[in-house]
Amino acid sequence: MSDALTHLTIAEARDGLAAKKFSAVELAHAHIAAMEAMRDLNAFVTETPEIALERAGQSDARHGAGSAASAMDGIPVAVKDLFCTEGVQTTASSHMLEGFVPTYESTVTANLRKAGAVMLGKTNMDEFAMGSANITSYFGPVKNPWRLNDGKDRVPGGSSGGSAAAVAARMAICATGSDTGGSIRQPAAFCGLVGLKPTYGRCSRWGMVAFASSLDQAGPMTRSVRDAAIMLQSMAGFDPKDSTVVNEPLPNFEAAMAGSIKGLKVGIPIEYRIDGMSSEIEKLWQTGIDWLKDAGAEPVEVTLPHTKDALATYYIVAPAEASSNLARYDGVRYGLRVSADDLTDMYEQTRAAGFGREVRRRILIGTYVLSAGYYDAYYVKAQKVRALIAQEFAEAFKKADVLLTPTAPFPAFAIGEKMDDPVQMYINDVFTVPASLAGLPAMSVPAGLSADGLPLGLHLIGKPFDEATLLRVGQAVEQAANFTALPQLLGKA
Amino acid sequence: MAYSIQGKTGAWEVVIGLEVHAQVVSKSKLFSGAATEFGAEPNTQVSLVDAAMPGMLPVINARCVEQAVRTGLGLNAKINLTSTFERKNYFYPDLPFGYQISQYLHPVVGEGVMTLDMPDGTTRDVGIERLHLEQDAGKSLHDQDPNRTFIDLNRAGVALMEIVSKPDLRSPEEAGAYVRKMRTILRYLDTCDGNMEQGSLRCDVNVSVRKAGEGLRTRCEIKNVNSVRFVMQAIEIEAERQVELYESGGSVIQETRLYDPDRGETRPMRSKEEAHDYRYFPDPDLLPLALDQAYVDRLRAALPELPDAKKARFRVLYGLSPADATQLTAERELAAYFETVAEGRDAKIAANWTLQELTAMLNKRGLTITESPVSAQQLGALIGLISDNTISGRIAKDVFEEMVETGGDPVKIVDAKGLRQITDTGAIEAAVDKVIAENPAQAEQYRSGDQKVTGWFVGQIMKATGGKANPKMVNELLKKKLGG
Repeated sequence: MSDALTHLTIAEARDGLAAKKFSAVELAHAHIAAMEAMRDLNAFVTETPEIALERAGQSDARHGAGSAASAMDGIPVAVKDLFCTEGVQTTASSHMLEGFVPTYESTVTANLRKAGAVMLGKTNMDEFAMGSANITSYFGPVKNPWRLNDGKDRVPGGSSGGSAAAVAARMAICATGSDTGGSIRQPAAFCGLVGLKPTYGRCSRWGMVAFASSLDQAGPMTRSVRDAAIMLQSMAGFDPKDSTVVNEPLPNFEAAMAGSIKGLKVGIPIEYRIDGMSSEIEKLWQTGIDWLKDAGAEPVEVTLPHTKDALATYYIVAPAEASSNLARYDGVRYGLRVSADDLTDMYEQTRAAGFGREVRRRILIGTYVLSAGYYDAYYVKAQKVRALIAQEFAEAFKKADVLLTPTAPFPAFAIGEKMDDPVQMYINDVFTVPASLAGLPAMSVPAGLSADGLPLGLHLIGKPFDEATLLRVGQAVEQAANFTALPQLLGKA
Repeated sequence: MAYSIQGKTGAWEVVIGLEVHAQVVSKSKLFSGAATEFGAEPNTQVSLVDAAMPGMLPVINARCVEQAVRTGLGLNAKINLTSTFERKNYFYPDLPFGYQISQYLHPVVGEGVMTLDMPDGTTRDVGIERLHLEQDAGKSLHDQDPNRTFIDLNRAGVALMEIVSKPDLRSPEEAGAYVRKMRTILRYLDTCDGNMEQGSLRCDVNVSVRKAGEGLRTRCEIKNVNSVRFVMQAIEIEAERQVELYESGGSVIQETRLYDPDRGETRPMRSKEEAHDYRYFPDPDLLPLALDQAYVDRLRAALPELPDAKKARFRVLYGLSPADATQLTAERELAAYFETVAEGRDAKIAANWTLQELTAMLNKRGLTITESPVSAQQLGALIGLISDNTISGRIAKDVFEEMVETGGDPVKIVDAKGLRQITDTGAIEAAVDKVIAENPAQAEQYRSGDQKVTGWFVGQIMKATGGKANPKMVNELLKKKLGG
């Protein structure tokens, strides 16, 4: 029974809870057991089984009274450890925030809690969300439950690697992620999941530890497209505490998925055929085009000429904002403090001890590109390119309703690989970063396995605030792909 | 005569620009809901945002924007319908975010002009460069513990308006007049309480010197000067320092300096190696601030009458001198007080009483106009009694003192003490006759041409009537009787 419970989608669990086939407490127990069994993956920084059982009990009471709060009521959720959670340690996987217990709850997790979701714990991630392999965490790397027979552990992708591993390994039905340049979509692709980055401004950033404010966006990581719609419904919405959230009513995402994609124009950006992309990724992309054509959509070529500059632009804008956003971690008010004889020493020692290599690297890059004499050449220029990229997407969306690309240029790699050269690591985000820069909604959908058996994802990019179309097309990919494989760790389905 | 500094090589002109930091009158902070009240227990007015907790975001306080726009309108300045907030990055323990949210390239208010009222009654226009909104920092308390510095974040995040003048000021007096007028305008608008002692109005002073006809030379910025007197002193001392430096073959380097009133000197605040690179960039947590013209127009229409307009009206309506009109309009409350006093009465007498007896009394007692023990209605009634000859001006001063002590009504005081002026010709004539009869020697002296004794006679007659005789009638009757 318990094994079956951990393999449910949100939609299935919702229906089961409504039909009283099982209770929320049973559902929670099954997932708590899975969390314990899978600890070796290092997916969680903090497990919160007591909270899970308490909230599951409350959920059962609501279900019993026939007053379920939402489709998420009773659903076990893993929460990325950059969402501040009241009374529960929130670290952003940094030594700097080890032991930090917020007195407040982020808007996104508060929304989920209001919807009745049951928090299982806080998931491991790249430190301050800076990374694409979950190897920069102070609490150690996360292992991907998908593995080959070479004895090497694969990375789950990043930065939401713990969330991805938890959902893929059936420790949680779904998880929150955050995406700055691909941090939901790339790990979703690496772990065979659906990962949705909503339009910038859809989910409140209040209470989310900031990496790069103009790019950060929370989103769902699930095992089906429908689940992504259900979960997004409970995460998103206006919040007066975040000036960048839009004040518009949310559509019913699940209902908006209904209907065919006949006649829909699917844009294929020609510039996304980059050097170094594996042939199986290229082949998968073509397969995806064919699937959508079979479902009645019409592929059209679009051009996004500044795609090649997107990564460079991103690695100026994001570190610039990060260098400023992370200035608050100074040892004065909370978090780590290394005492020293004078103020400057205290700052330097605290920040040297509190931040890992990659975080320090990005703070340095960000500080550099904002410095007098370099600001115009780097930051201002990057902002101009960013505006051009957004403009090119707007042009492309005059011809197409949605764009289709691969999610990542290669499948999950082994822990330890691609670590010598940060640029090699940054290439992970080459397909996901442009949509982030333009603030567009985008989603990775599992579409197949590589020759040696690792998941691969297809990537859909939508018009601003048109998650509905994205979900509808995503479902078409999902149906055509019929992705039923399970991570090797869980055995054959 | 223009102000200048006489050096060995001749006269030097002083060029001054001022940056005023004015704390905005608002219930809550610029980007958080925490209270702004002065003098609260340390760290009791600090929200999660003010403490820069992880994940906290700023949200602009509409009231602060409104106050900045109103101030801009009061300075006859251009209101920029789009402006942006940027981050000024630097580390300091009382700056929780590690950056100050400020406006840099696109301030909410652009160029304007302010008219200075000089002590001699003349006016002079000074350009305003810009006004922008920014956050105040917290306070570092170095005197609470021998080894540690404590931080009070009550002030962190409070809204400030930084108002920058053009380098149009040419003397310490003008700089003083500028700060005073700025304070007057801010208080009229109720956008800043102007309290320099509590630090809600602070000045940075930019000073350079030059020979007549030259372009601008290098300036120094004197930070955080906290009174009008210190602003004037600091300018003089700094200008003299620069003149001496140039004349001894040195040159001025652009730097931030501190004015030390105890030592009467300015000195550098930080060395060049510590010079900050603030790395300004637009705050991605905030959208550009977009205002519409209708909003600005609404605020403009709702502005109170401002000091210059009030001054002009006082001159026309009450026939006051420029100096009196300036003084009476320096504070909105004083102007309102005066208008109540003057209503239906002789405005000149009302102005004199308000600016002299009343002001002297308030100064002596350390009271503000709103704390006056004599209400405007009461002072008006007193002036009414002078105008209708019920009492003389001299008696009125005694009555005024009584009013200050007891807070009583002037008519009642006059009646209770029997101070009504004697205007009955017969009664005065009798008193005059009696005094002349009793002092034949002095009367003879007058008749022989020495009119200096007139004053003595008046004094005797006033004494005889308990000061109540109408002085004008006494004079007339005395002349008639003695001369006759």
